[in-house]
Amino acid sequence: MGRYVARRLLQMIPVFIGTTLLIFLMVYALPGDPVRGLFGDKAGSPQVIASLRHEYGLDQPILVQYFNYMKDMILHADFGTQIASGRPVTDVLGDAFPVTLRLASLAFAIEVVLGITLGVVAGLRAGRATDNVVLVITLLFISVPVFVLGFILKLVFAEQLHWLEPNVNDSTNYGQLLMPAIVLAAASLAYVTRLTRTSIAENVRADYIRTAIAKGLPRRRVVGVHLMRNSLIPVITYLGTDLGALMGGAVVTEGLFNIKGVGGTIYESIVRREGTTVVGLVTILVLVYLVANLLVDLLYAVLDPRIRYA
Amino acid sequence: MRGAKSAKWVAIAAVVALGATACGGGDGDKGSDSKAAVDPNGKFSVEVGEPQNPLQPANTMESNGSIVIKSLFSGLVDYDENGKIVYVNAESVDSKDNKTFTVKLKPGWKFHDGTAVTAESYVKAWNWAANPDNKQTNSFWFSDIQGYDEVAPAEGKPKATELSGLKVVDDNSFTITLSKPIPYFVYKLGYEVFAPLPESFYKDPKAAGENPVGNGPYKFVSWDHKKQIEVTRFDDYQGPNKAKNGGVVFKNYTNLETAYEDLKSGNVDVLRQIAPKDLPVYKADLGDRAVDQAYSAIQTIAVAYYTKQWKDIDPKVLQGLSMAIDRDTITKTVLQGTREPATGWVAKGVLGYQPNAAGDVTKYDAAKAKELIKAGGGVPGNAISIQYNADGGHKDWVEAVCNSITKATGVKCTGDSKADFQADLNARDAKEVKSLYRSGWVLDYPFNANFVRDLFGTKSDGNQGGFSNKTIDQDIAAADAASSLEESEKKYQEIEKQLPNYMPSIPLWYYKVNAGFSESVSGVKYAQDGDPILTGVQVKKK
Repeated sequence: MGRYVARRLLQMIPVFIGTTLLIFLMVYALPGDPVRGLFGDKAGSPQVIASLRHEYGLDQPILVQYFNYMKDMILHADFGTQIASGRPVTDVLGDAFPVTLRLASLAFAIEVVLGITLGVVAGLRAGRATDNVVLVITLLFISVPVFVLGFILKLVFAEQLHWLEPNVNDSTNYGQLLMPAIVLAAASLAYVTRLTRTSIAENVRADYIRTAIAKGLPRRRVVGVHLMRNSLIPVITYLGTDLGALMGGAVVTEGLFNIKGVGGTIYESIVRREGTTVVGLVTILVLVYLVANLLVDLLYAVLDPRIRYA
Repeated sequence: MRGAKSAKWVAIAAVVALGATACGGGDGDKGSDSKAAVDPNGKFSVEVGEPQNPLQPANTMESNGSIVIKSLFSGLVDYDENGKIVYVNAESVDSKDNKTFTVKLKPGWKFHDGTAVTAESYVKAWNWAANPDNKQTNSFWFSDIQGYDEVAPAEGKPKATELSGLKVVDDNSFTITLSKPIPYFVYKLGYEVFAPLPESFYKDPKAAGENPVGNGPYKFVSWDHKKQIEVTRFDDYQGPNKAKNGGVVFKNYTNLETAYEDLKSGNVDVLRQIAPKDLPVYKADLGDRAVDQAYSAIQTIAVAYYTKQWKDIDPKVLQGLSMAIDRDTITKTVLQGTREPATGWVAKGVLGYQPNAAGDVTKYDAAKAKELIKAGGGVPGNAISIQYNADGGHKDWVEAVCNSITKATGVKCTGDSKADFQADLNARDAKEVKSLYRSGWVLDYPFNANFVRDLFGTKSDGNQGGFSNKTIDQDIAAADAASSLEESEKKYQEIEKQLPNYMPSIPLWYYKVNAGFSESVSGVKYAQDGDPILTGVQVKKK
């Protein structure tokens, strides 16, 4: 087990270097220059442009830039400096990540609890009315675009019923984060429900379930332990990758509800060609993905005793 | 179950590591509704994006930062709504030859930290900002002052660190000597770049950018990044524009739709702009709290004169293209009344604005357009394209303009979209624009020279299309050499009248402020640059 984890952690190193290098090169390849961009429509003074480019090392070859950046990041946990604001990227990250983390974990909780419950209910009643209703609802969630859902919720709950604030003004207030979290969770929730339903419906006819029922176990234990544990493997796989998507891919939802999270920050940094900020943010997202995947793999062993890691 | 236990540990470790960066932050209060008397100490909030740069006066170019800077710093002069000069910190700015200006300060002014505002505060601040080592994005604004080439030479090492044209006379007066006479130089002094800085600034300019100390009507309180900036009224302020409210909260919004929703639910008081989605309804929603007024900015289609297509073009062809654009219909339909058809190159609200300066050239007349293009030898290749940035909401009107041109004249016209503003700028800088490009110009100072000289002079900063005409250059030099402000204004007006004969660009329309404010404030007015005048806002008692 320990050796397995160690090996997986070592494998992360090349993945980590590969992704960061790729992103660095991609931002570099985009037309536009972050320093020139500061001056907008007007032409800037060439002396100032030159000295700014020198300060941020933009006058060096791209691979040297990458090497210096990674060196500072690994040795000093220094993610560089934003060109426009002159703020350290670590500060920017410190602003954005807690917000995103709160939003993503709320969405994740909604998705897990509601998704699995609905899935189990539908799976146990496969083919009957409940199942069909759940199927239609999830279909709706998957097919309605995020911003449409966002606007509908805002219109109904904020503007007409006045139950909730339309936008997030205080990102530590979970009451205000509830609506965006629901919007963010909606599509994933539908997938979780469908995955759970399919695998529950399949396993409910398996031999070991029949055995468990024949042993006279209470229904709660049959469903909760024997059935769920085996059925959750595909769901966990999906949830593992979805965690990363919830954190980095919430651009639309964040914009809709005025949340200053990671998604919006990445978008803004790309528009301004702030390579260092993009790489810093994405590096952390890559780490989240890698760790989440490792956790998923370890969870397999918990859920299915037949799987062993050495 | 060995696996289970270890997995749990890993999970906990990850949560701890991620949670460690979390930190709190709160804001809150602000109710809505009330129709009571004015509360002179009431604070209100304005929709603003996160300033791109640190809050240093000479380092702020974009609108999110400059509205904050303007509340914290007061310069020598400001302008009224007709573009006339109003003295703020200066008692007088005099000159006999338009080359050497003597500035007298009003005595008794203080910075927010209690230190006095003296001539030295200005001179030292300008020298600091002009020095390329300090990397201020607006440093070229000092290039009119004598000695700039020694401080910031185009090539080689600087020979001096101070502008030789700036001299302190005594505590309350100093002189500015320019490298050549500019009759309207006083107008330039209204820009934030020319703000004074307190002595404490130089100890740590970076920290001062996060925590600015100014001399303006408001005092800085806090900057909670990406959330809000708070300023409070400076009670010892001596200027004519003393704040009528207790302070301002600049609230950060990433898009205009959410800001508008918050305006309706009373979470924000003043907007600077309404999103296109809400334009059709905002007047009905807000009633007399809706704002619809012109401000001094213009949208044009600029010509890439360095291309083969336009290099030796007969201006008649461009006149024809201009007359093929149905500005009235496009501004009313596609742009939903947010723009006003332009009739010249100088925008409204600027000193020297003259109605209908371009004459017939900006009037829609399909038959005449066709005729002019034919007379000018036709559009080379019989096809044009208009470059624009796709992230700025320009697509719709570019298509409408193209349709209008094609319908009227048969010239093939397409939009050439660049992914975003950066890519658009890149193509313009590299002189890679294929045919025409959209160009916007918001005033720097409300004097007509800003819309003529700074755009169409051969060597001007804003001239990216490579337009170059000897007569215009000579006329500009003559207007700059005029003996008085009035004469210079008149000469620039004459140049503007000449522009239809050269067509450096095709004027399209003037911008309008489409904004609104909440029920808890009154007296909200907007200045030439489209920003609300914060000091005049009155907050109602709750």
